[in-house]
Amino acid sequence: MNADFTAEELAFQAEVREFLANEFPAELKAKVDKRIRLSKEEIVSWQKILHKKGWMAPNWPKEYGGTGWTPTQKYIFSTEMGLVGAPEPTPFGVTMVAPVIMAYGTEEQKQRFLPDILESNVWWCQGYSEPNAGSDLASLKTMAVRDGDHYVVNGNKTWNTYGQYADWIFCLVRTDNSVKKQEGISFLLIDMKSPGITLKPIVLLDGHAEVNEVFFDDVRVPAENLIGEENKGWTYAKVLLTHERTNIAGVPRGKRRLAALKRVAAETDDGFGGTMADNPDFKAQLAEVEIELQALEYAELRTLAALSVGKAPGPESSILKIVGTELAQKMDEMSVELAGYNCLPFVPEQFEEGFEGEQMGPGSSAAAALSYFNNRKLSIFGGSNEVQRNIISKAVLGL
Amino acid sequence: MDFSYSEEQQMLQESVQKFVMQQYDFYKRDDIIKTEAGYSTENWNLFAELGWLTVPFSEEDGGFGGNAVDLMVMMEEFGKGMLVEPYLSAAVMGGTLVADLGNEEQKSGLIPQIMEGGLITAVAYAEQGSRFNPLNVKTSAKAEGDEVVLNGAKINVLGAPNAQILLVSARDSGAATDAEGISLYLVDRDADGVDITAYTTIDGRKSGDVALNNVRVPATARLGAAGAAGAALSAVVDRATLAAAAEAVGAMDSLLTKTVEYSKTRKQFGTAIGTFQALQHRMADMFIQCQLARSIVVRAAMILDSDDDAATKAKAVSSAKSRVGKSIRLVGQEAVQIHGGIGVTDELDVGHLFKRVTALDLMFGNAEYHLQRFASL
Repeated sequence: MNADFTAEELAFQAEVREFLANEFPAELKAKVDKRIRLSKEEIVSWQKILHKKGWMAPNWPKEYGGTGWTPTQKYIFSTEMGLVGAPEPTPFGVTMVAPVIMAYGTEEQKQRFLPDILESNVWWCQGYSEPNAGSDLASLKTMAVRDGDHYVVNGNKTWNTYGQYADWIFCLVRTDNSVKKQEGISFLLIDMKSPGITLKPIVLLDGHAEVNEVFFDDVRVPAENLIGEENKGWTYAKVLLTHERTNIAGVPRGKRRLAALKRVAAETDDGFGGTMADNPDFKAQLAEVEIELQALEYAELRTLAALSVGKAPGPESSILKIVGTELAQKMDEMSVELAGYNCLPFVPEQFEEGFEGEQMGPGSSAAAALSYFNNRKLSIFGGSNEVQRNIISKAVLGL
Repeated sequence: MDFSYSEEQQMLQESVQKFVMQQYDFYKRDDIIKTEAGYSTENWNLFAELGWLTVPFSEEDGGFGGNAVDLMVMMEEFGKGMLVEPYLSAAVMGGTLVADLGNEEQKSGLIPQIMEGGLITAVAYAEQGSRFNPLNVKTSAKAEGDEVVLNGAKINVLGAPNAQILLVSARDSGAATDAEGISLYLVDRDADGVDITAYTTIDGRKSGDVALNNVRVPATARLGAAGAAGAALSAVVDRATLAAAAEAVGAMDSLLTKTVEYSKTRKQFGTAIGTFQALQHRMADMFIQCQLARSIVVRAAMILDSDDDAATKAKAVSSAKSRVGKSIRLVGQEAVQIHGGIGVTDELDVGHLFKRVTALDLMFGNAEYHLQRFASL
């Protein structure tokens, strides 16, 4: 038993580190550190740098222009990215829709969509959730009715992340109302410029509109945009959701945040002449988070080791989602505790893309509450933590 | 990276598993607890025969290898059976202390006997005021000619009632909490001035409080140089801590399995209680706690087997024990709760597993103690 990387893996790790040190733009890093949101252009330009290196698609096989990496290489890559705060490619194209197109799309669809995802020419967004279909996704109601060579789509989707940037949306739509709810769903790709699509931004608790509601009003979609067979979409959707769940533990990001918490604690007055780093309760919280990260890291490594010998990502990955998100939320609470009064001003503009001025308060204390509010989403999206517990109960414990 | 067990470790695991399953069921264990000795010499001889008593020792000392991962593999299986034989106290603690501190003569005199099952030791280190700190020692050691005179009182000396030799920590010099000045002495249990008050612990082990009144031992009964045993004692307590954590991982595994099984068969309101989501999520949480505990124990075992320095190892052990302690409370309490009334009776193994893990949380320092130690290291 050992947790060591092989010589090849260590060499790879060194290569990733060197690449990030040289190629991750300093101005982007500065923004990430100040918690300023990156613009679409900044994200795309970073993704193009990754693509130039051939590292845009860690989860793709080589034949499609992916890296063909082993699970361990993928882990090393995302660890190193997380440690320096480099954003991972937006997941909707490369991580979510692409594997579905590869597995179930026609040759023509692959040619048409995959290269643009790889080169970041096309921005994808997700059309899964609906106002009345959240955790119970299969009860979705957006209808697609066949009309000659087209489907006519009516309904609305919600929690659509960065739809304002998107060129295309992948949607689950209902194509048969007469059967069991899972059996009448199809997987459809829709051009966001299609007439009849409107977007309504949803402002979240942090004052930012990163998600939207999307309305479809008699939107005509060419039938050639259907993935796989009609009414088989639920099967394809589940594949996508498995991909969504990997990498969700967020250990590297967590380590980075813990280091920041420790640093800030040592700089934060406790009000009695000392600093928060000496506050016994805060010290215990820091220790507990550090220990939890260690346990989570080894839980992830154990899952990874199983993956490396060819086992499928089992429902155990639900653990990583639950624990990883709860831990991230715990660190948000601690940031709020450290920030104290400094997180009370609600001035979200200072974290919006393009902000160049002075931020309020010491460090990023003014972002603490906003991050706390925003990250309440973590335990809700990607299959709420309650749904993850359902998965563990059913698939692992056999209940 | 490879988290699979070696062939040897698999064989070890299977042989302990087989023993627990076939020869150590709940009722047999209960019969053993009720005997005066409180453990089975037949089992102890079997452990020797199967080579299990050699696991804590290095190959140079004639042992299996002395790896923490091997120990973890065994302890986890012992945990499932809630073993009452003094494996942890005699083989792991006593054995490792002799191996780490003893001179050639002491080692060659004692280690083969320990491995063959003929000698049972117990480590007397805890005192009423020391709480979980093994380096807080008030028991005194005063040199008189070729002899040393020991005075003091030790508590919770695990395995003491059945031990032939006690390994007693005593202070040659310094203040009670100094790391320096601590020695370990081999003390015959029948020596004049040794008084053992025996009892059974909440989790069915034999333990005892040991009073030392002007106990005279030859100076040659000291393990290692005078006043220099602190570091070795700490390291051995850390190793035992890891072993206890691994034992808890096994016991929690049993608690989870038994709870899930029970919830599938127990019917209320016309249906198996395992179909209730309110209970399903709690069992999912038990599963998560078990997995995190296992992961961090694996981590600590690997670090103990690495070339890392003593502080790193101590920190890894405290991180594991603290995390396991947290898991213990949730898994233990929920197992009892989901079983309902039957969970609080003496008849069912679940209540006894709960008692075992509760004791394991306390042993060598509970979750809170190790959290603080982790933060201070």
